[in-house]
Amino acid sequence: MAETAVAHDPHGSSTGISNVKLGMWLFLGSECLLFGGLISTYMLYRGRVANGPTPEQIYDIPFTSVSSFVLLMSSLTMVLAVSAAHKKDDRNTNLWLTITALLGATFVGGQVYEFTAFYNEGLGFTTSLFGSSFYTLTGFHGVHVTVGIIMLLALVAINKRSSVPGSKSETVEMVGLYWHFVDIVWIIIFTLVYLIPV
Amino acid sequence: MTTTPADTTQHDHGVHDSGAQAEHGMSTRGYVNIALILAAITALEVSTYYVDFGPLFLPSLLIMMVVKFFMVVSYFMHLKFDNKIFSWMFYAGLFLAVGVYVAALSTFHFFLR
Repeated sequence: MAETAVAHDPHGSSTGISNVKLGMWLFLGSECLLFGGLISTYMLYRGRVANGPTPEQIYDIPFTSVSSFVLLMSSLTMVLAVSAAHKKDDRNTNLWLTITALLGATFVGGQVYEFTAFYNEGLGFTTSLFGSSFYTLTGFHGVHVTVGIIMLLALVAINKRSSVPGSKSETVEMVGLYWHFVDIVWIIIFTLVYLIPV
Repeated sequence: MTTTPADTTQHDHGVHDSGAQAEHGMSTRGYVNIALILAAITALEVSTYYVDFGPLFLPSLLIMMVVKFFMVVSYFMHLKFDNKIFSWMFYAGLFLAVGVYVAALSTFHFFLR
């Protein structure tokens, strides 16, 4: 009986759920610990500015708000890509994936601009504990977004050759989970780092 | 009559006639509605930078952050509609992180500053 159940299970696992998806959620759960550590470190050190600029002096809230909005909207385009993939609509899947990657690239571009502006205003990586913890936290997040963009563009390229191994829609969904996670981390960073003053 | 995200949510996972929508919980319109709500909350968050919310400043920002977080996780990441074991996997990591780092920050008297 059990063998029959496994044979009919679309995920091919004895649990009836996708091992890939289970692994992705486990990975995202562990990522909470990584970013929790980085955010906590920033919260502890954000007031330690030494002789460098303070957060209030350098943060550009209107600019970061626009960046945050762009990343938030990329979550919508990502979920539309996943939806199109489940409908086996390759054209729209590729379209939404490409738009998501472009929105992500816009966010990363904004972060590069922000880092450059902060550096020119006197906040280097080793200027103060505030600077070190800020660049480490937002830099780690930026790297995650960049990895997400690479995954999105790789998926579009592979999708066009119709050679995605296994279930195509599940592959898009896994990249989507990663992308949404990057977005929820930024939701926290935007509030705790930028909007709440020291 | 306006349509709320909940109205456009398909709760019956056993229905297969609408394919991906039934399997993954929401229609395109539902996702757009969620995105609009998230955008509105973000605008409200940014407004706290310009408008004095007084003693409500910190609690309102934290509540809005938590609401946005769970909306993305529940609807965009489909955790609300998926197998509960995925929720356990993720929330175990999340709440472990919150517990560990609240304890760590407490040892540095962060909340007494």
